[in-house]
Amino acid sequence: MADQKTMTEASDPTASVAADLADERLIRTQGAAGYARLFVNRLKSGELGSLPVVVGLVVISLAFYSAEPKFLSSYSIVSITQFAAPIGVIALGIVLVLLLGEIDLSVGSVSGFASAVMAVLLVNKGQSIVVAILAALAVGLAIGAVYAVLYTKLGVPSFVFSLAGLLGFQGALLFVLGTQGTINIPSQSGLLQFARRSFVPDTVSYILVVAIVALYAATQVWGVRRRTAAELSSPPLALTAVKALLMLVGLLALTYYVNIDRGWSYLWVFFVVLVVLMDLALRRTTWGRHVFAVGGNEEAARRSGIKVDRVYFSVFALTSTLAALGGVLAVGLQTSVSQASGTTDTNLTAIAAAVIGGTSLFGGRGSAYSAMLGILVLQAIQSGLNLINVDSSVRFMVTGAVLLLAVAIDSVSRRARASSGRG
Amino acid sequence: MTEALVAPAPVGDIVLSLTGVTKRFGAVQALSDVHLDVRAGEVVALVGDNGAGKSTLVKVISGVYTPDEGSITFAGRQITVGGPSEAQALGIATVFQDLALCDNLDVVANLFLGQEKTSGPFIDEVAMEKESWRLLRTLSAKIPSVRIPIASLSGGQRQTVAIARSLVGSPKIVMLDEPTAALGVAQTAEVLNLIERLRETGLGVILISHNMADVQAVADRIVVLRLGKNAAEFKVEDATTAELVAAITGASDNVVAARASRGPTPTTDGGHHG
Repeated sequence: MADQKTMTEASDPTASVAADLADERLIRTQGAAGYARLFVNRLKSGELGSLPVVVGLVVISLAFYSAEPKFLSSYSIVSITQFAAPIGVIALGIVLVLLLGEIDLSVGSVSGFASAVMAVLLVNKGQSIVVAILAALAVGLAIGAVYAVLYTKLGVPSFVFSLAGLLGFQGALLFVLGTQGTINIPSQSGLLQFARRSFVPDTVSYILVVAIVALYAATQVWGVRRRTAAELSSPPLALTAVKALLMLVGLLALTYYVNIDRGWSYLWVFFVVLVVLMDLALRRTTWGRHVFAVGGNEEAARRSGIKVDRVYFSVFALTSTLAALGGVLAVGLQTSVSQASGTTDTNLTAIAAAVIGGTSLFGGRGSAYSAMLGILVLQAIQSGLNLINVDSSVRFMVTGAVLLLAVAIDSVSRRARASSGRG
Repeated sequence: MTEALVAPAPVGDIVLSLTGVTKRFGAVQALSDVHLDVRAGEVVALVGDNGAGKSTLVKVISGVYTPDEGSITFAGRQITVGGPSEAQALGIATVFQDLALCDNLDVVANLFLGQEKTSGPFIDEVAMEKESWRLLRTLSAKIPSVRIPIASLSGGQRQTVAIARSLVGSPKIVMLDEPTAALGVAQTAEVLNLIERLRETGLGVILISHNMADVQAVADRIVVLRLGKNAAEFKVEDATTAELVAAITGASDNVVAARASRGPTPTTDGGHHG
């Protein structure tokens, strides 16, 4: 990797110090060793990011692989990602409420109820799939809107109204299904085709990977250009090049491996796109900034002129809508809606996924990617235990232990951040 | 964003004027017939004992409370302030005592919170960071990096960020509520320097403080509130600490103080000005 100094000289002929590096107290980052040190320092001060969950995922994978080599087969990876997606979508909504320091315990019930509404409209009422799905999403949106009003106007704690929702919408699911009990979705339905049987063709997948990495590299280079133009420091281009190269090699290898079997499922790709969009919205838009601000210090946000109630409204509405969407996708994958849809452990899996992925329970800290990483961990545990024929009792215990570990890591890193002044 | 720093208003014009402001909370008369003028390029210190009505007055000006009676004239227009964001839009910035910063966000994000610069649908981080450095340099502020979370800054640095934030959006009046309350000696001096720099740029500054030394160091005029009323007003060069304390505590109102202030020969003048 090129030395930082030569990079600065190359991009800035006057070689003057960038505005943001002028303070003499700042520790300069130079060369590969400098960036490595920066990384270690950040870890030490509790800025763990997604490292614990990535390490966890690797450990879990190796453990199951040593017990049953089929765990890391192409088929298994395709299945894990495909089946992770629906609850992953729900977990994405949970990330949002957690960022505000709130909770939504009813996402499972909402997903079940919304999918039942969809199934009834589609199968019993003969509506088109588009109308049925839109109706399900509208149900989610309406529920979230009611939650927001309860929270902002009446001051009901989110724990309480979502607990009420957990029970209430489970009842609504039974009511909508009526005496039928189970509604099967016709197998030629577009939803089923999409969720169960659509996989990205080999060529398309490689083109996509290259396009994604190219887009990533382009935005990075553009960012560096803009910062240099504004006389601000920026990471060396060599670092970007190395990152992009690693990304390209990693994604191509992974894609090649899953293409041995059926290839990436469109369901998983859909989920990943949703995660990336949510990440952009959270980090790069005013709305996302305000979500973090309200989660960090609500009073400060209010005094800054942020419409705090609107932020709560948007987040509760999005969470319930994503729950409904997750429910619809789950039905597509499972081919039917039953009285058990969204009831058993959907709630806690979704919440656990967000927390395991690294979103803090204390608000103001987390990322959209934590939903993805967290649900991969939980789905990997489930598939692995199924593969080695372990009873579901053990699965619950293992999941509980992993959740406890994740929250413990969150609490410990929070304390490390406090003592090293990183908030 | 901060045109006020580039083209200061002519010094001496009255920017903010309160007349006959009255505010009641139930049976408590928090403010009665309070008047206050603030000119551009002037630091007005608002002092008074606990319960004198300083905070109520600040909240009236910043739009948190609506006064029961009285009028507020701002930049020659009579106004009603409907809320904190409305006050900000008018050009009245408030730096609250408890800072109101988000610990989990970095300096740039805090400076522009609620007033983010955008390009298209996205936040323009580069423009915001550049403007942050310009703002902080205008105040000669010492912040090592604007990309570190607020939590890692010292008390004085946080106060600096809070004051710098009040300048985003080119205000005409900046109100500082106890800006040096929790600060050390050197940090207090830094904040006092900041206040002087605000004055130099032509802003009207209202400084609320309990600390007489701070007030006498930077203020041009000192307005004393007592029991919700204007008790006295001093030019800073005329005021001695003893006189200030007397006005704040009301010690000059009682018989003994009145006799003492008259001295051996009776005068017609009262114990204090205003």
